[in-house]
Amino acid sequence: MPTARAARRVTARLGALVLTGALLAACGGSSDADSADGANGKITLTVDLFGSFGYKEAGLYAEYEKLHPNVTIKQTDTEDEADYWKSLQTRLAGGGGLADVQGIEVGRIATVTQQQTDKFEDLKKYGAESLKGQFAEAKWAAATGRSGEVLGLGTDVGPEAMCYRTDLFKKAGLPTDREELAQRWSSWDGYLELGKKYKAKAPDKSAWLDSVGSLYSIMIGQQKERYYSASGELIWDKNPALLEAWDRSVEAAESGLSAELDQWSPQWNQAFAAGSFATIPCPAWMLGYIKGQAGDAGQGKWDIAKLPGGAGNWGGSYLSIPRAAEHKKEAYELIKWLTAPEQQEKLFRKQGNFPSSTGAIDKVADTTDPYFSDAPTGKIFGDAAKAAPVQVLGLHDQSIAQQITNALSEVERKGTDPDKAWKNASKGVANTLG
Amino acid sequence: MTLSALETPAPPAPPPPPSRPNRARRAWQKMSPYAYIAPFFTLFAAFGLFPLIYTAFVSLYRVELQTPGDMEWRGLDNYTALFSDDFFWTSLRNTFTIGVISTVPQLVMALGLAHLLNYRLRARTFLRTAMLLPYATSVAAATLVFAQLFGRDFGLINYVAGLVGIGPIDWQTGTVASQIAVSTIVVWRWTGYNALIYLAGMQSIPQELYEAAEMDGASKWRQFFHVTLPGLRPTIVFTVIVSTIGATQLFGEPLLFEGSISGGISHQYQTLGLYMYEQGWGFFHLGRAAAIAWVMFLLIVVVVGVNALLAYRRTRKEAVR
Repeated sequence: MPTARAARRVTARLGALVLTGALLAACGGSSDADSADGANGKITLTVDLFGSFGYKEAGLYAEYEKLHPNVTIKQTDTEDEADYWKSLQTRLAGGGGLADVQGIEVGRIATVTQQQTDKFEDLKKYGAESLKGQFAEAKWAAATGRSGEVLGLGTDVGPEAMCYRTDLFKKAGLPTDREELAQRWSSWDGYLELGKKYKAKAPDKSAWLDSVGSLYSIMIGQQKERYYSASGELIWDKNPALLEAWDRSVEAAESGLSAELDQWSPQWNQAFAAGSFATIPCPAWMLGYIKGQAGDAGQGKWDIAKLPGGAGNWGGSYLSIPRAAEHKKEAYELIKWLTAPEQQEKLFRKQGNFPSSTGAIDKVADTTDPYFSDAPTGKIFGDAAKAAPVQVLGLHDQSIAQQITNALSEVERKGTDPDKAWKNASKGVANTLG
Repeated sequence: MTLSALETPAPPAPPPPPSRPNRARRAWQKMSPYAYIAPFFTLFAAFGLFPLIYTAFVSLYRVELQTPGDMEWRGLDNYTALFSDDFFWTSLRNTFTIGVISTVPQLVMALGLAHLLNYRLRARTFLRTAMLLPYATSVAAATLVFAQLFGRDFGLINYVAGLVGIGPIDWQTGTVASQIAVSTIVVWRWTGYNALIYLAGMQSIPQELYEAAEMDGASKWRQFFHVTLPGLRPTIVFTVIVSTIGATQLFGEPLLFEGSISGGISHQYQTLGLYMYEQGWGFFHLGRAAAIAWVMFLLIVVVVGVNALLAYRRTRKEAVR
C-alpha cells in the first residue's frame, strides 16, 4: 500500500515541522501584552503580596474597583515571606513576571533602599512627596533611598504586646487582669518570674511560652540598634542589648518555660487550639493569626496586656512598584489609596493590621476587640507604636535573626550548651553573609 | 502497523530524473534524521548544556542575586572555601548517611517484594499496580503527610510509640531521628518502583535454571541466592546506580519536611542539594551555589564511575570463571 505509506511519511514530516516550529516560537520570546488592556481603557492591576495584608478580606479592592470602574485588581499571595522574597528577587534579577505592586517587609526594605534603587520606581515622580506628612516619620525614612528616592509607601507597623490565655492563667492561680499583669511583668525578669510560678501549677502539657525564638524576636524588637549600628557597621555579636536578649531567652529555655515549638511550623499552628502555651508575644498583625488558628473556640479565652520591658516593633510592610511594572501610574494611584489613613483605619478595625499613618493611629484609639476579652487594642498598640524606638535597619537583618533563633532552638530543644549554640550562630551568620 | 514497512520492503525505484522537487526530496532524506532529533538537542542545549556551562562560569565569581550585574572574579576560591566550610562537610556527611539508610532498606525490601510478587498470587496485577502508587504521589504531598505523622506533639507515630511506652521522640530535632524520618519518606516512595524493576528482571531469568536447580535438590532459598540473584545482577547494578544518583541529589524531602532550608535547626538533615539551595536562594550567593552544584556533579560522576567499574570487574570475573 504505497499511498498509505506516502501519507504516513508526509504526516511524519509535518509532525517534525510542527515540532520545530513550536520550538522556535517558544524560543522566540514572550510578547504577552495583556489583551484585555488598551482600547476601551480597562486595565488589570496585579498585586503580589505575602502573609496576610488583608486588603481583599477587608473588601478594599472591591471598593477601589467601584471607585475606578476601569480597574480590575488581581492579587497573588505567598504565605511565607521568606519564599515570597526568594521569588521576588529571582524575578527582579530576571526582569520578568513582576506585578504592578509588590509588597516589601520592613526587614527587607534596606535591601531595596541600598541595593535596588534601580529596580523600583522612585515614587516622587508621581508626587509621593506630598504624602510624607501622613506617615510616622520613621516609617517614611526607612523607605527612602540615599539620594532621597521614595521607594515604597508604608502599610502597617508591628507594635508589640503580650497575648495570654485567661483560662489557663486562672487554672494556675495567676491574676488575669491586664492592668495587674502589666504591672507584675513591667520588666522581663517579672515576666520570667511569673512564668516559673505558672509552671509550678500549670495544667498538664501547657507551657508558659510558645518558643524562645519568639521571645527573642519580641525583645530585640524593643531595641534601636540590633544587628547593625546607625553607621551601617555590623555589630550584632557585640551589641549588649542583643546579648541581653540572648541571655534572657536562654534562661527561659533552661527553666523549661517554653513549649519548644518552631514558629510558623504546623505543630505551632496546632498548639494554638490545644492550649500548649499560656502566653505568646504578639505584634499587632499576630492577632489575626491567633484568631485564625485558635478559631471560634478561642473566643473570649484570650486577652492582651502591655509588653514587659517597654514598647517595641516587630515587622510591618511597604507597597512598592517595580520599574518593570506595566501600569506604574495606575499602580501608584492604587497604593496611594490603600495606604491612606481612611483605608488603614478600616483595615485595622477589620483585620488588626496596625496603621503606620499617624492620622489613622488617632482614629483607632478607641478600638476594642471582643475576641480578646474586649481588650483595648487601639490604645495598647497605639501607645506601643508611639513609644517604639526608631530601628536601625540593615541589609541582612532577617537572615541574621534566623541564625540566632535557630541557635536558641538548639538550646531549647536539644539542650545544647549556650556557649556552643552561640558559636553555631556566629558560624551561621558568617556563612550567611559570606 | 509501523512494522509493515519492514515486512514489505519498497520495490527498488527506478533512478529518478534529476528534477527540482526530486533533488529537494533527496536533500530532505539526507537531512530529515537531523530534523527529527533536532527538538531533543535544541532543548538539551538550552536547558541542559547551557546551564551546565554557565553554572561553571558563575562558580568562578562572587555573584549575589540582588545585584546580578556586579560580578567579582574569585577564581577557584568558591571551591577552596568549601573545603574549610563545616556546613558543606555536614551536608556531605548527611547526604551519605541518609543515602545509606534510605537506599539499602529500599533495595532489600524491593527485592523481597519482587520475589513474592513473582509467585502466582491472587490479584497479582492489582498488587503490582498498587506498588507504583507511592511513586506516582508527588514529593510535596507525601512529605507533608509524613511530616504530620512524624509530629512531636500530635503525630500519629509518636502516639503509637506512646502506647507501647516509648517516650515522645523529637523526629525533627534529633540527628538520627530526623534522618530516619526523612529516609522513611524516600523508602516509601521508591520501594515499589524498584520492586517492579526487579520483577521484570526476574521474569527474564529462564525457567529451566530453576527446574535444573530443583532437580539438584536446591531449596527455595538456595534457588533465590544462586539463581535469582546472579540472574538479577545487571538489574541490581542499574537500580543501585539510579538510587545512588537519586540519593546524592536528595532535595524535596528534606526541604519540605519542616520547610527549613537549613535542614533543621542544626543542619542535622541538610543534604548537599539543600545546602546548594540555601546558598543560592536563602543567602543569594549564586557563585557559591554554582560551585556546590559542580562539586555535586563531579561527585556523582565519581560515584557512578566507581559503581560501574565494580560491576564491570565482577562481570569479567564471572566470564573468566
